[in-house]
Amino acid sequence: MMQKLRRSPALMLGLAGLAFFVVLGIVAPFIWTDRAETLTDQTHLAASAEHWFGTDALGRDIFARTMVATRLTLLMCLATTAIAAVGGIGFGAAIWVGGPRVRALGQRVIDVLISYPSVIFALAMVAILGPGVGTSIVAIGLATCPAFARLTTNLAASIAGRDFVSTARLLGVPPSRLLRRHILPNIAEPLLVLLSVAFTVSLKALSGLSFLGVGVQAPDYDWGAVLHKGLEGIYLNPWPALGPSLVIILAGLSGGLIGDGLAAAVNPAAGRKRGYRAKVEALTSVPAYDAHDEDALAVADRLSVVLPDGTRLVDEVSFAIKPSEVLGLVGESGSGKSLTAMALAKLLPDDLTAVAGTLKVGDLDLNGRPPAGRLATEIGIVYQDPSASFNPTLKLGGQLTETLRKHGGASRAAAAEQAVGQLAAARVTLPEQRLKQYPYELSGGMRQRAMIASALLTSPKLLIADEPTTALDVTVQAEVLGLLREANERDGTAILLISHDVGVISAICDRVVVMYAGRIVETLPIERLRAGEAEHPYTHALLAATPTLHSPVDEPLSSIPGRPPHPAGRPAGCAFASRCPLARQQCHDELPVLTVTDTGATACHALHWDKEVLA
Amino acid sequence: METLIASPEAPPGPKAAAPKTAGSPWPRFLLGRLAGFAGVLVMLVVGTFLIVQLIPGDPAQVMAGPDASQAQVEQIRHEQGLDKPLLAQFGDYATGLLQGDLGSSYTSGIPVSEVIANRLPFTAQIAFLAVAIALVVSIPLGMAIAVACRGGRRRTLDTAFTSVTAVLGSIPEFVLATLLIMFFAIKLNMFPPSGAATLDSMVLPILALTIAPICTLARVVRRETATVLAMDYMRTAKGRRLKALRLYGRHALPNLMTSTLTLGGLVLTGLLGGAVIVEFVFQWPGLGTGVLDALVKRDYPVIQGVVLLLGILATLLNLLVDVVLGLLDPRSLRGKAGDA
Repeated sequence: MMQKLRRSPALMLGLAGLAFFVVLGIVAPFIWTDRAETLTDQTHLAASAEHWFGTDALGRDIFARTMVATRLTLLMCLATTAIAAVGGIGFGAAIWVGGPRVRALGQRVIDVLISYPSVIFALAMVAILGPGVGTSIVAIGLATCPAFARLTTNLAASIAGRDFVSTARLLGVPPSRLLRRHILPNIAEPLLVLLSVAFTVSLKALSGLSFLGVGVQAPDYDWGAVLHKGLEGIYLNPWPALGPSLVIILAGLSGGLIGDGLAAAVNPAAGRKRGYRAKVEALTSVPAYDAHDEDALAVADRLSVVLPDGTRLVDEVSFAIKPSEVLGLVGESGSGKSLTAMALAKLLPDDLTAVAGTLKVGDLDLNGRPPAGRLATEIGIVYQDPSASFNPTLKLGGQLTETLRKHGGASRAAAAEQAVGQLAAARVTLPEQRLKQYPYELSGGMRQRAMIASALLTSPKLLIADEPTTALDVTVQAEVLGLLREANERDGTAILLISHDVGVISAICDRVVVMYAGRIVETLPIERLRAGEAEHPYTHALLAATPTLHSPVDEPLSSIPGRPPHPAGRPAGCAFASRCPLARQQCHDELPVLTVTDTGATACHALHWDKEVLA
Repeated sequence: METLIASPEAPPGPKAAAPKTAGSPWPRFLLGRLAGFAGVLVMLVVGTFLIVQLIPGDPAQVMAGPDASQAQVEQIRHEQGLDKPLLAQFGDYATGLLQGDLGSSYTSGIPVSEVIANRLPFTAQIAFLAVAIALVVSIPLGMAIAVACRGGRRRTLDTAFTSVTAVLGSIPEFVLATLLIMFFAIKLNMFPPSGAATLDSMVLPILALTIAPICTLARVVRRETATVLAMDYMRTAKGRRLKALRLYGRHALPNLMTSTLTLGGLVLTGLLGGAVIVEFVFQWPGLGTGVLDALVKRDYPVIQGVVLLLGILATLLNLLVDVVLGLLDPRSLRGKAGDA
């Protein structure tokens, strides 16, 4: 945390500002009290070199009064924050250890208190106690308590759910000890943020009360009280109001910067710097073998997906999908298969760029700017997680039919009718009623059927299914795969199926592309994959790691040792070399290129060794 | 701070599966909320009743003022019923409230209900306009910035937005009001500095009241929009190649509103407190100046009445926020109704 703190200029600036005011609060009364409190006959003077903010009705120098007021203002803020923190944390802790019933009731009370405007509460307190320094401190302090109380219970709740706390509870550690030893130390950072925020809030509120004339009373004065007096003569002389205003703004700003800086330091996700678009790089390799397939429906030729820093998450992959073909794209997570699919769907995240020699689906050129309507209707997409891929705030009907209505020119009723038909075809139960339901009212399997129905509704030429069964129960997986195969056989829809699961791929695909570390290592027909006749050692390893009905149950399932290289640190040679049982020195030095075989293509040096050996 | 003290009942994430129950969740939700409202009302009535009871020393003496004679003090004690037992006093206060009798101002003799009826419209005018303007400006602003700066685009705009909102958002409304009067009323003479005579006299109070909340809310909206834009369902919507207005307005807006309103509700009720201060600066004849005037004159029935009313307004505003949340995201109904 400390390193982050040092790097945040906002926090540094805020701390510098606060330090300045603290020093001012200490020394100002020694320097300026005389000028601030001596009555003179030089009343209502305008601002001048002698009196920077002018003088007040009693001839006192307003700049000096503003400076001297720093001490009282800061001390009041400190006392207020202390009351708020001690009272609030105490209250929050008390209702937390008080058991579930006290906790529920206590949280409702906090909810009510927190929403009550603190100014109005403070005015009621003033009515009771009469205005003055003490009243202001108590009033604003109490009004800020609920914020601390809620933070304490919120954090306690989140931490109490963690493992070490459950363990301590099982061991019979009493709640008070649990709070003191395990919970409070873990919530220190957010409390620090709230402390700094509370300090700023109390500055505003305390000054506000004095400004209204119901806070600090003469002969005492804080910034708000000085401003209150300054407001009276504002038509003739703006400086008595402007001066203290600027000081209050500066102090508030310092506090705000500290709060923001601390919050950013506590939250590791904040402040992460990222560039935007990567520079488009020239293509380095020659066009791949099947990129010029005249009959292909979809072609990706030397497609790369590039991070802003130039790292290639996907490195020049080339493949083609024939009409009515079901092409599988398989690989470990991080192999770039989903990014490849999303590049073909033109749906990459904002900070990623796709670069390709050719990227097209039908006659839609995805390297250019294809018309939105055709893009939406000719490429259907089934997403990985059906529970996250539907908008939770909209009814299913509107979501399923949106493409038809916006791009297909269908009326609401006609689109709904088509959707019912498509849902029924996807064997979604009670299709008419589903349209009026929200996504959360359906089971995961039903949602994915609805997603497939939605994707097929516009009769797309290509259906891209990105891990469509990963988030589903095993029992539902087969049915969803069946639906995809059915759509392919019924309408001739070509499918690009992405999966990490060789079993899923071999269930419905015609041909498979195997990816490793952002590159294609092998393409082969499904029969050869099913028969275990892969050429590339990685494909073999994948097959060996997939359980089948025939796997011996008493032997451990094979796994691939090591992990794939990070895209930024891909070696010069074959990316799989460090995990490959066949690897020789050549594999570490030279990048193998895809070599066309009679049924597919493989990028492996070992192929040539065999030939050398044979020859 | 908004994140830290957000209600723990924030709507569940997309993965939280709600139990399937038959029928609309609304009746249960509304009943729960109304019960909660009644509870708060009782708390408010007891609280305002206690304002007089908690005065240290002799309340009658304080109410009469330091210069009052013993006879005047006794008269006030009797008039205000302070010589009765505590429970009887509360009974009188509560029955009075039920009959719409909030007592009478004892400086002017006018019934408090009439004082409120005269002043409430002025406060309601600026408070509701301010809430509406704050929402209407901050939501599109925050969304536009989030969309424009998504994925690290336009870093300069991003920095400018963050800095400007940090500076403007940290200026207290009374300081802002003072500065606005100096600049627009006195120097440029564009708007009247005080009073509620014409429509332009509303411009400066509303500005003073809304600028800081707009900054705070816009920052919240910007952050929430960034979160929503990264959600899977936004990618689904993008896959339908919708026009920007539909993509952000129909698909992103309802989702970011749930968290924005959960946090923004606090900002909005805070506006009511800000209204009191701003009314004072601009001599706006609303409840705020009324309660301040009453404080100076120790006019306790008026103080009690106004504090009670402002409390009820804040609670109603919260209720409204919850209902809007329920309309936007029906999942929030179940959680809220369950423990109301």
